[in-house]
Amino acid sequence: MSQIEGTVDNPKRALREQDRSMPDKENRAIFAVNAQRRKLKEQVFYYLIFLATLSALFVLVYLIGSIFSDGWPYLNWDFLTNFPSRFPAKAGFKSAIYGTAWLGCLTLFFSVLFGVGSAVYLQELSAKGRLSSGIELSIATLAGVPSIIYGMLGLGIFVRFLALGRSVLAGALTLSLLILPVIIIASREALKSVPDSIRMGAFALGATRWQTVRDHVLPAAIPGIATGVILAMARSIGEAAPLILLGALTYIAFVPESVFDSFTAMPIQIFNWASRPQAQFHDLAAAGIIVLLGFLLICNSAAIILRSRWRAK
Amino acid sequence: MNVSKIIAGLMAVSAATTGWAVDKSLKGEVKLDGSSTVFPIAEAAAEEFQKEYPNVRVTVGLSGTGGGFKKFVAGEIDISNASRKIKDEESKKAEGNKVAFVELPLANDGISVVVNPQNKFVTSLTLEQLKAIWEPGSKVKTWKDVDPSWPADAIKLYGPGSDSGTFDFFTEHVMGTARLSRNDYNASEDDNVLVTGVSRDKSAMGYFGFAYFVENQKTLRAVPISHKGQPPVLPSVESIEKGTYSLARPLLLYVNLKSAQRPEVKAFVEFIVKNGAKLSKEVGYVPLKEAVYTETVKKFQGAVGSAKPSH
Repeated sequence: MSQIEGTVDNPKRALREQDRSMPDKENRAIFAVNAQRRKLKEQVFYYLIFLATLSALFVLVYLIGSIFSDGWPYLNWDFLTNFPSRFPAKAGFKSAIYGTAWLGCLTLFFSVLFGVGSAVYLQELSAKGRLSSGIELSIATLAGVPSIIYGMLGLGIFVRFLALGRSVLAGALTLSLLILPVIIIASREALKSVPDSIRMGAFALGATRWQTVRDHVLPAAIPGIATGVILAMARSIGEAAPLILLGALTYIAFVPESVFDSFTAMPIQIFNWASRPQAQFHDLAAAGIIVLLGFLLICNSAAIILRSRWRAK
Repeated sequence: MNVSKIIAGLMAVSAATTGWAVDKSLKGEVKLDGSSTVFPIAEAAAEEFQKEYPNVRVTVGLSGTGGGFKKFVAGEIDISNASRKIKDEESKKAEGNKVAFVELPLANDGISVVVNPQNKFVTSLTLEQLKAIWEPGSKVKTWKDVDPSWPADAIKLYGPGSDSGTFDFFTEHVMGTARLSRNDYNASEDDNVLVTGVSRDKSAMGYFGFAYFVENQKTLRAVPISHKGQPPVLPSVESIEKGTYSLARPLLLYVNLKSAQRPEVKAFVEFIVKNGAKLSKEVGYVPLKEAVYTETVKKFQGAVGSAKPSH
């Protein structure tokens, strides 16, 4: 190592020195071959992943493009403010927009309340034992259960047993159940990534476990939790299958006024239009998809802005 | 003349000026659910009915005929839309739950058997041939297996999934037993998927509701169906209305008679039946004969009257 001593501040010279200290030329040739092959591999790999990204983007652009070309002519103020109709020209999306807004707010409330609550309990407060690892395993399993199963569960528990009927409340509770596992898992990961030194510091100053979690750990974990909630909410807003099973309705010419009113939602109305025989209804479905995409985009950007504000604090 | 009479008079005048048909006194909710085939008619009726009675909320669900009956026999909905008759086990459940009901015809539909327009050799099919193609364990793989004079092209089959009322009706009328079918075919609950499938595949064959054929006549060809030595018949408005087309089926309403005691439900049922011909035509179905609708209103009123709780 004596040759490169004192050359740390000049890396170029260090390399030159290293070069000079190399053994004979033949061996160096071997290294050069290897280097070329590795560089080639790197380039191939680079283009492969670039191609993968490009093809995913291409599919997305194609889908959105075809939806816009079908749905755009139908997208006007009447479409947003009319109730559904058997005449495609008069049909509107109003009851579905209101229904989805109601569902979204209630689902957000329930799923954050129970989801973040369970995550805090499991990650910060509960004793690690057989019970908590059992709960952990079942939550991970629940995250993979098909959504239609949650619809059956909701029909049995909320609609029939708790007698909530086919109300917005029953729909929101079902969707909350559906996304709870995702929110719990994401929140736990966020809590896990909060450095232990924060907890230790709080304990050292005499804070109780609850004070530590409430004042230090949870605020530090909020950006991560918010990401999980955004992804989960996007999923719940796009769900049709569990709501159809629940008996959410398709034709409704009024907007919900309380949590016990019947409702319809955007994906249900889109599904209904898309399965009609007349081609105009298929275009209406495309217009509905544009509105749904816009709704998701607005909700997600609002959540992301809120999150970055929080992070900046 | 006292004040209340004057107010009543003013209200009558204002009602008259806003349009003679608008009746705001009728309130409540009418719940329908069931077949996706009947849905367009029910939606049309709900739309028109609420123009005349703006304070009545009519809701229409889309759970499928079977799903609708499940809710109907539990007494959860007022009216069940059905593309087949109620099954014995379903009506037994209704009896167990003390749900009395009346069955009302609403319109006609026909199941169309379709092939790709490029397929010129299939000029007609008999119900027996359909059975040979669709029965469970069927050996039919190519068109030649159906008729030796046809080419040996592989048949690609498209049909509705087993949750559909169309599936129930087709299997019952072709196989003789409901729900018997081969299962190695392309199944979808969405009829548009079947339409696309058959229109893109030269040697394909499929079956679905008449309205889907009418909307896609350019890309599909319906096959005339013959039965028991009768000449083959194409599905059309006339052949379905007359009943000469052997795969015609009625679209039905089942009304809970306890619900029908409520004035808003009674008014809605009378409305949908009286306007049945106009509404079903508008959404692409074949109406019943005018006399049948008059009969049906009478049948309904009679059933409601006799179901009235005696005091």
